[in-house]
Amino acid sequence: MSSLTEALWVLLLGSLLGLELIGKVPPTLHTPLMSVANAISGITVLASLTLIAQAGDNTILLALGAGSLAFALFNVIGGFLVTDRMLAMFSRKPTSPKSLSAK
Amino acid sequence: MTNSTVLAYAIDLLSVLLLALGLKGLSKVRSARSANGLAALAMGLAVAGLLIQQQLSLEAWIWIAVGTAVGGLAGLLTAQRVPMTAMPETVALFNGCGGMASLLVAVAVALYQSDTTGLVEQVSIIISVFVGAITFTGSVVAMGKLQGWIGTPGWTQSQVRHGVNIALAVAALVGAFGLPANPSGFPLWLLVGASSLLGIGVTLPIGGADMPVVISLLNSYSGVAAAAAGFVVGSQLLIVAGAMVGAAGLILTQVMCKAMNRSLVSVLFGGALGGATQVGGGGEEAGYTRITSCSAEECAMALETAERVVFVPGYGLAVAQAQHTLRELSKLLEANGTEVSYAIHPVAGRMPGHMNVLLAEADVPYEQLLEMDTINPEFPRTDVVIVLGANDVVNPDAKSDPNSPLYGMPVLEVDQARQVFVVKRSLGAGYAGIKNALFELPQTAMVFGDAKAVLNGLVSELREMGVGKKAA
Repeated sequence: MSSLTEALWVLLLGSLLGLELIGKVPPTLHTPLMSVANAISGITVLASLTLIAQAGDNTILLALGAGSLAFALFNVIGGFLVTDRMLAMFSRKPTSPKSLSAK
Repeated sequence: MTNSTVLAYAIDLLSVLLLALGLKGLSKVRSARSANGLAALAMGLAVAGLLIQQQLSLEAWIWIAVGTAVGGLAGLLTAQRVPMTAMPETVALFNGCGGMASLLVAVAVALYQSDTTGLVEQVSIIISVFVGAITFTGSVVAMGKLQGWIGTPGWTQSQVRHGVNIALAVAALVGAFGLPANPSGFPLWLLVGASSLLGIGVTLPIGGADMPVVISLLNSYSGVAAAAAGFVVGSQLLIVAGAMVGAAGLILTQVMCKAMNRSLVSVLFGGALGGATQVGGGGEEAGYTRITSCSAEECAMALETAERVVFVPGYGLAVAQAQHTLRELSKLLEANGTEVSYAIHPVAGRMPGHMNVLLAEADVPYEQLLEMDTINPEFPRTDVVIVLGANDVVNPDAKSDPNSPLYGMPVLEVDQARQVFVVKRSLGAGYAGIKNALFELPQTAMVFGDAKAVLNGLVSELREMGVGKKAA
């Protein structure tokens, strides 16, 4: 049972960490933040990989594992790349010499 | 403890640290991009740590390679191809797939669990299946509604839906309780089926306006599903990350609800706003009596002489993909010596920050994007406001009419400006389905048309007048 208590502590502290980290974000970054949080939720890849690793030679289990790995990776890779695309736009903006010279 | 276990623990701890730093870094524009990279690195580390620890057979490697190739490639292509206007839908799709992954893991473990599987694992499997299935079908429905593939069927607005959803929830509960006794039989499929249908049943009645709130909430669910999957396979890293995302989604959901003056309960159970509670004239073009409409030419003339212009971009601008044309117009005005800024309502574009992303894509300088609290005091000294496809976020009733369903929602006070032009396709109601008092004010003129077409018209009118030539 000690492992359960441990796991519950981890759950609690993880939630508190999430609340604390995300409490202070400007609205501008909400969409990228949502997208990055979404990518992180694809961490289920770990569960998929564990499933495959422990499947032995059970083909159905291996296939289910691979299927879930594909879904999770789609989430992870797509999520991070799309966030990067959004943020790339923000970063090149503050130095826009055109608008300064036009004034 | 063997050396490899110690190494795996160290890697796990490092990835948690990097994930936390990544989320933290996303709260500042300057560090956001590298923070995203940091989070991605953390994910890579976590996967590497797991692979080091497990003794994988050749067969397992082959299946991993197949899954990686399919999922990775699909993610890569989607991320590159999807237009910036479709961000909310894309996040919904990714999110649904995350839920699906948790669902599949839980189903697989349930099917082949040993007799020694304890109560904790059973409960974790049930939660993972239930939340995973709801996340998947709910996200797919949310995406379909945002893309316009799925409408809002009439029965979902009546009380019938509560009955249907309660029945589905009960069915899921029956499956959940039957699961421990008969892990791989009927109860599992009942749970999967009922949860999936419940995801559809809860999301379908919700109107397009509230969809971002739902996506954010589902985002939170997928974190919960991941944490539950962490309990199923016994991974603490998974539990931490899942819990963080769950908390993040909840906070974002709250922020969005607040900005739209909606409570989470009414979003989830109130049905589509305007569909069920038709307020005032409602519907198409009803109830307006004192509308002034004008051409792009008149609007251009007002712009030419204005010293200070504020654009209010809304969903209509995003739909018309007009952000680049808008930037072109504002460059012309700047060259003419006009002070240009953009007023960004917290929920403009139907998702916090969505407008910023769109305008950033069109190279709009960051300093010109002003948030609501900054710009509101500036409206009285603004000569011309141009509202582009926004409606409810500029409705003055939200401040003055206690009977309005919008009453109390923070809005952009564009009615304080000297002159207001509203670019809109028709007089149709906004997402809230109500009349906008702004349209009838004496200083307001409507310019009917697609946002992009009107902006193009304005650009060519201004060019004809020779505006912007001086600087060149």
